[in-house]
Amino acid sequence: MNIHSIAAHLNELADNTSTGMVFDCQPISGEVDVLQITIQGREELPVFLSVSDDQVICITYLWGEQEIIKEKRVAMLEAMLEMSIPMPLSAFSKIGDKYAIFGALSINSSFADIEHELAVLSNNALEVIDDMSEFLI
Amino acid sequence: MSIFKKIMTAIRGGASEMGESIVDANATRIFEQEIRDAQNHLTKAKRDLTSVMAQQMSASREVDRIKRDIAEHEGYAQQALAQENEALALQVAEKIAGMENELETQQQALDSFSTNVDRLKELVKKSERQVAEFKRQLSMVKTTENVQKATSAITDNFSSSNSKLLNAKDSLERIKAKQQKFDDQMKAAELLESEDSDASLQAQLKAAGITKADKDASSVLDRIKAKQS
Repeated sequence: MNIHSIAAHLNELADNTSTGMVFDCQPISGEVDVLQITIQGREELPVFLSVSDDQVICITYLWGEQEIIKEKRVAMLEAMLEMSIPMPLSAFSKIGDKYAIFGALSINSSFADIEHELAVLSNNALEVIDDMSEFLI
Repeated sequence: MSIFKKIMTAIRGGASEMGESIVDANATRIFEQEIRDAQNHLTKAKRDLTSVMAQQMSASREVDRIKRDIAEHEGYAQQALAQENEALALQVAEKIAGMENELETQQQALDSFSTNVDRLKELVKKSERQVAEFKRQLSMVKTTENVQKATSAITDNFSSSNSKLLNAKDSLERIKAKQQKFDDQMKAAELLESEDSDASLQAQLKAAGITKADKDASSVLDRIKAKQS
């Protein structure tokens, strides 16, 4: 399992996805290979996928620290913490000054599992931004 | 300090600066080597365990054999006594005494093997747990590193392509607008389709003479004539 086999699979799916989403994959080279996955109609919120020794991590960036209404920051953090369990398959995180949601899968996951993960993550991201917009500028 | 705490301190302390590693690569390599060493010890302990268990089984069989022999010879001694052959009985008794000494030695060996087996089994279990724990810790360090490096690659990519991550609310608005447009298009397509099918139904009804056919010149003339008369 590496980003190239995942990309090949997702690109091959084209319109035949079980999730109803059309994925477009673009590898980003760096010290660690990252796959940027855009979903048709949701180009503004790409999913970034990387593969480590034992897991596949899918990340979607939500908003930056500067987008938060200052006096609502603590309430937002609490809301995120509380939402982490109810939110299916994804959890909140913070990378640098950006908030993110992510899902981690076993390296032995099937392509179908990854496809499912991407769809759920993307749906979660949209819903989270919508529901948390009261905390945002 | 636990690895969890170490990672947390490193992230909070600003070691998350792009390109800077959480734990230096050398430390990670040493840790990986430690895990490999622990795994080698585990393999050796398992081999030792197998060999001691084999010795234990062999000693146990030997103890059983001697016990059977002793029982058998006690029978012989009783028979000799029954024949009032004291001398023969004494000879057998001497043999039994030798066997009992041997039994004691074998029993001690067996006990010692059994203790060793228990100890080794415990050690193997403990080592296995430790290796699993080391692997979990290593995975945490490596995942942190992986995410940092991935973030760095993503950030570089965004700044080089001049496209930047949009404001979250704006992104959502745009996506919603696109979804709305798509939905509208779908609706329009449906509407068109239903209009098309309406039109074809009308045509069929006319053809069947159920609804009135288009007006033609002769029917108009007929109507005018009817008015005149």
